[in-house]
Amino acid sequence: MHELPQTLVNGLTLGALYGLIAIGYTMVYGIVQLINFAHGEIFMVGGFGALTIYLWLPSGTALSLALPLMLVGGVIASVGIATAAERFAYRPLRGGPRLAPLITAIGLSIALQQAVWAFYPDADQPRSFPQFEGKSLEILSNLHIQRGDVFLLIAAPLCMLALGLFVSKSRAGRAMQATAQDPDTAKLMGINTDRIIVMAFAIGGAFAAVAALAHGLKYGQISFEMGFIAGLKAFTAAVLGGIGNIYGAMLGGVVLGIVEALAIKYIQDIPGMEQLGGGAWKDVWAFTLLIVVLLVRPQGLLGERVADRA
Amino acid sequence: MRHRSLLIITTAVTAGALTLSACGSRDKSDSDSGGDNNKKTTVVIGVDAPLTGSLSALGQGIKNSVDLATKVANKNNEVPGVTFKIKAFDDQAVPSSGKQNATSMVDDDEIVAMVGPLNSGVSQSMQGVFAKADLAQISPANTNPELSQGPDWASGKKVRPFKTYFRTATTDVIQGRFAAQYYYKDAKKRKVFVVDDKQTYGAGLAKIFSQEFERLGGKVVGTDHLTVKETDFSGIAGKVKSSGADSVYFGGQYPEGGLLSDQVKQAGADVPIMGGDGIYDPAFIKASGTSNDGDLATSVGYPVEKLPSAKNFVKEYSAQGYKDPYAAYGGYSYDAGWAIVQAVKAVVQDNDGKLPDDARAKITEALAKVSFDGVTGKVSFDEYGDTTNKQLTVYKVTKGVWKDAVSRTFKD
Repeated sequence: MHELPQTLVNGLTLGALYGLIAIGYTMVYGIVQLINFAHGEIFMVGGFGALTIYLWLPSGTALSLALPLMLVGGVIASVGIATAAERFAYRPLRGGPRLAPLITAIGLSIALQQAVWAFYPDADQPRSFPQFEGKSLEILSNLHIQRGDVFLLIAAPLCMLALGLFVSKSRAGRAMQATAQDPDTAKLMGINTDRIIVMAFAIGGAFAAVAALAHGLKYGQISFEMGFIAGLKAFTAAVLGGIGNIYGAMLGGVVLGIVEALAIKYIQDIPGMEQLGGGAWKDVWAFTLLIVVLLVRPQGLLGERVADRA
Repeated sequence: MRHRSLLIITTAVTAGALTLSACGSRDKSDSDSGGDNNKKTTVVIGVDAPLTGSLSALGQGIKNSVDLATKVANKNNEVPGVTFKIKAFDDQAVPSSGKQNATSMVDDDEIVAMVGPLNSGVSQSMQGVFAKADLAQISPANTNPELSQGPDWASGKKVRPFKTYFRTATTDVIQGRFAAQYYYKDAKKRKVFVVDDKQTYGAGLAKIFSQEFERLGGKVVGTDHLTVKETDFSGIAGKVKSSGADSVYFGGQYPEGGLLSDQVKQAGADVPIMGGDGIYDPAFIKASGTSNDGDLATSVGYPVEKLPSAKNFVKEYSAQGYKDPYAAYGGYSYDAGWAIVQAVKAVVQDNDGKLPDDARAKITEALAKVSFDGVTGKVSFDEYGDTTNKQLTVYKVTKGVWKDAVSRTFKD
């Protein structure tokens, strides 16, 4: 069992990454009941935004100095695309049939992927992303933390804390809660719901950019296709945690990451289950968990309302 | 009304996006078909490879090398009265795209034979289509033994399933066993952890490697499988470390291989990773971060740079100013293209200097008898369509570049 801490840490970092992306799904869903399938691509665009800044900086710039600027670049790219998508692709369809924005989201996702593939220099194959030099940090004799993961493990809780305070304490945050509960009444109370919706997309985009930067630092590469699997896992995390609930998204991400890590490591040690363990089966176990959770708690782990409008 | 018009615009944008994606792959193939001489007969060699996506580094090398073979043939007037051209198709390493491309090639009367594809899995979906149309296929990179020797090759019942299938690359049987012999005999490794990517190529190679390694007396201390296009393999990396393995063998391609190598080292296991020709690409080093010195790859043939016969190829290739390097399969692709040129030459000579009506079937027959000194050595095919060349090389990552460590002819 001495590898358990390492397995949990691996799962935790992976899960924190899923959680950061899942915030974008859950915020948008909470307010406009739209599953923004293009969110994985917003995540991907954030990575390319950060890379652009890095390439634009004079070569030899220390990564720790470049990091804040790369974050700004990523956030600008992601938030720009997310708000533009809201304004030009989703807002015109608001009030239309439910399937229209959903199909638009899928179309947008393909369009963004192909746009990066076609127009970003050399993006038709994975582009390498700067990483911190040196070996992974040895915390305990059996516990290694990758240098790139340190950023993720610091950024993810900070972002969650900031978001929690923003939603519960600030005026705009309370307006957001009101819009989520009942958009029509919120409008009657003088809340500019259009602005609130843009804000939800922008926050989701910013979180996606943080996740993209962490992804680049962790794996040392980004590609135009990386949004698909990441988006799918994050969406699963959002549903698992209770879609519409921001803490649920993070919890769902962490649970999903840890279940995947544990499934790879331990399922095959259970007698009679040798064939069902390992990397090949981790998604099966993750989705089995999702189904079990949804059977017992259809609203997800932290979901408050049963989604009656979706 | 307002909503309707906006809906139409949105639909149009979405449709536009889809068209854009379709165009992307189309204009790449069109740009290669610029013939100049109309008086001669034009013979088109089809090329199918992943020209976009994460394997495009290898695919572009294949396409350019075949293109070079046709240019050299035209320049030397290798077959009087015939001008060679290529037409490239992008399969994105997806079997269904490969099948579609195969159908397009069969329908294109100008195409008399083809080179490709890169992936064994893609080849499986194309072989049948070509066999029905008598269109010869030479893969410069497929290594799965089933493709030429049938599904029961392992039990000794070798049957050639498609008479139109040839390859200039050696099979996994030879490559996997060669890798096992290197690990056991040269590198003195005894405990190996085997990972594969569940694809035709990777899983096949990993299995052959494991069998040979155990036959030699080594121990496979663990196995696992990863999923293509994923990026997080830290779980597998952790298992490698806790298994106490002194080496890792990976059956798969470089995008995942590079990440796996990086994450194994990040997990604190200081062991080399060895793979097949699928990871022998500069992109493997680029993908695997900072610490992969000592990682190994086997690849078919001797290093192109080291062969005297290849000097010309390297010179001509750089003279053409292609955007991408010839990569791992450049030499084999050139030889595959040249084999087709030689087959066309034989067919045309037998037919009074003209291309016969049943050119495809005749070229397929002629290919079986082709024999010449190519870039990678002697090029000829055995009764299964496999190359008779059994030279292999182990490459090692040294200071961030692939350097050849050992080259020799495979022995049982």
